[in-house]
Amino acid sequence: MPKPYITILGKAVRYIARLRGGGSALPGLFVERIDPAFVRNTLSQLPRGVVIISGTNGKTTTTKMVVELLEGQGLKVFTNRTGSNFIRGVAAALLGEVDMKGKLDADIAILELDEAHAVRFVATVAPRYSLLLNVMRDQLDRFGEIDTTTKMLTAIAKATTEGVVLNREDTQVAPIAKLLNDKKVAYFGLNSSLTSLFPNDDELRGNYKQKTSSPQADVILESIEDEAATFGFDDKHVHTPLKLQGVYNVFNAAAALALVRMIIDEGRDDDKLIASLAEITPAFGRGEKLIIGGQPLELVLVKNPSGFRLGLKSFAPEDYATMIAINDNYADGRDMSWLWDVDFDSLKELGVTEVSGIRAYDMALRLQYDEIEISHVEPNLKKALRHFIETSDKPKRIYCTYTAMLALRRELGRITEVEVIS
Amino acid sequence: MNQKEIHILQLYPRDMNIYGDWGNVLTIKRRLEWHGYIPILTEYNQGDAFPDQVDIIIGGGGQDSGQDTIQDDLLHIGPRLHELANEDTPMLVICGLYQLFGKFFKTLDGNLIQGISLLDIETHGGTERLIGNTVIKSHEFGEIIGYENHSGQTFLGRGVKPLGQVQKGAGNNGQDATEGVRYRNVVGSYMHGSLLPKNPAIADFLIEHAVIRKYGEFTPTVVDDRFAELARAVALKRPR
Repeated sequence: MPKPYITILGKAVRYIARLRGGGSALPGLFVERIDPAFVRNTLSQLPRGVVIISGTNGKTTTTKMVVELLEGQGLKVFTNRTGSNFIRGVAAALLGEVDMKGKLDADIAILELDEAHAVRFVATVAPRYSLLLNVMRDQLDRFGEIDTTTKMLTAIAKATTEGVVLNREDTQVAPIAKLLNDKKVAYFGLNSSLTSLFPNDDELRGNYKQKTSSPQADVILESIEDEAATFGFDDKHVHTPLKLQGVYNVFNAAAALALVRMIIDEGRDDDKLIASLAEITPAFGRGEKLIIGGQPLELVLVKNPSGFRLGLKSFAPEDYATMIAINDNYADGRDMSWLWDVDFDSLKELGVTEVSGIRAYDMALRLQYDEIEISHVEPNLKKALRHFIETSDKPKRIYCTYTAMLALRRELGRITEVEVIS
Repeated sequence: MNQKEIHILQLYPRDMNIYGDWGNVLTIKRRLEWHGYIPILTEYNQGDAFPDQVDIIIGGGGQDSGQDTIQDDLLHIGPRLHELANEDTPMLVICGLYQLFGKFFKTLDGNLIQGISLLDIETHGGTERLIGNTVIKSHEFGEIIGYENHSGQTFLGRGVKPLGQVQKGAGNNGQDATEGVRYRNVVGSYMHGSLLPKNPAIADFLIEHAVIRKYGEFTPTVVDDRFAELARAVALKRPR
């Protein structure tokens, strides 16, 4: 079939899928079947090539940051913004952006890809740059083992043609550099005073391994304050206000800076880069704030022990009512073991107001063993949310797994205006 | 004051901690407190001196690299672990250490990883990863609920009994419907979840035998296990 027809047909399917309120993958699937080379051919037109962001945690927020930083430098950026970080999601997003001749009006593509899908993706489209964030115990039941995840990230790095940005502090990610003799490698890292805030899975129970020597990092997160941070690069210490919340988001900002610095090697405006960074808001459900009944309500996505512990550390419990919502759908992970690797001591003083989700009782059981007081357990998310809002007139914070967050947002949308995610 | 101490030994928390095994240690620790005892937790890592006082041993799973790291050390402390098991010290070993408490693990490419042969079991690398919610039935503990995630297939010898019969899931090897192992006061299993919080009967079995061995008698208090019961009821209905 000639190419224009495929594009038009694909766009039509996308339109119909949207009318039906369906997800973003169906039109992508359609194009993938009819023209498997569609994604490769379309992306190969881009003058600055394709960039992949992968890792177990923080892909969505980091991708959002990189896109906005590049746009601040005047580039036209294509990205898979729908949050569907599988190949079909990329195809679907492309269909939305290409013109009827299949031409994509962009300088560069910044793609967030799930590790397993990224490995398949790079076999078709070699990225010019890649950013590998971390390997956490996130999706063990999907991929089996952490070592497997590391192997997948290594495959992405090896397929990258120009340069790779790595997390210097991640014991799984940093060593990948050894296998990349033929390309540029840059690191983002932490000042040693901050490393205890970011223990990796090897250090879950306080066994901090002594690092022998660290390579020089291109961008260092030097300190974090309330709504501000200092980054170090080119022997400068740059202090900037931030709208991002949570220490892990701020660390990902260092990752985004390092990647953008690699992509735009010449003619970059670093002042503008920091000005753009100061304006970036968190991605969907990554520390965003809503106002309910005159009180702020925050949703904090938690999907693995490291992320949950960082969340508890990042957001002080004082003056907040806390709700925890744990689902175990496929996208959340079915294994509840991870809850046992989170230390909930910071909630001891004020207790937990509401526990909900399919696995509410697993969560309640977990809190019982940390001897934390629970006011109410209600597995039904709608009922729990209503109860939480009605019984507490304090600012609220909800720690929730992915599908629990989707459900809670739908429900919150009935109460207040919530950004709609297609 | 009648302050009775029970010494818990956690094996290799640094290298074999990957599947929520802390939940098992925490469950023993808290339930001991709730039953009126003082838990003393010792972590044993590679190269440490093996402690003199050991009343309960808990060991967990690890990724492959963790297993390589501890293997020599485990063989080194093997004789001491045999001695303790023969004296009926209660032990719980999950996944990786369950395998290495057996005779050997033969990987897919034919490598033989020597175990300490405390349990009459052998494990062979499999091509398929056995993953998902698991329910087994045991005549000692009733229904046991957990989550398995392993590719090794374990087969039991004559010297041991299975922990239970598989009702949902793959179990030891996906073939003979057995899960886990029982030998003296040792419990081995592939089940995470963590295992003990949702299966307090096993936790109390380990505690009871540790206390009786040390103090001659055990008078349990009533622990509020309502959340455990509700969590079990939900877990039973979840898809694989």
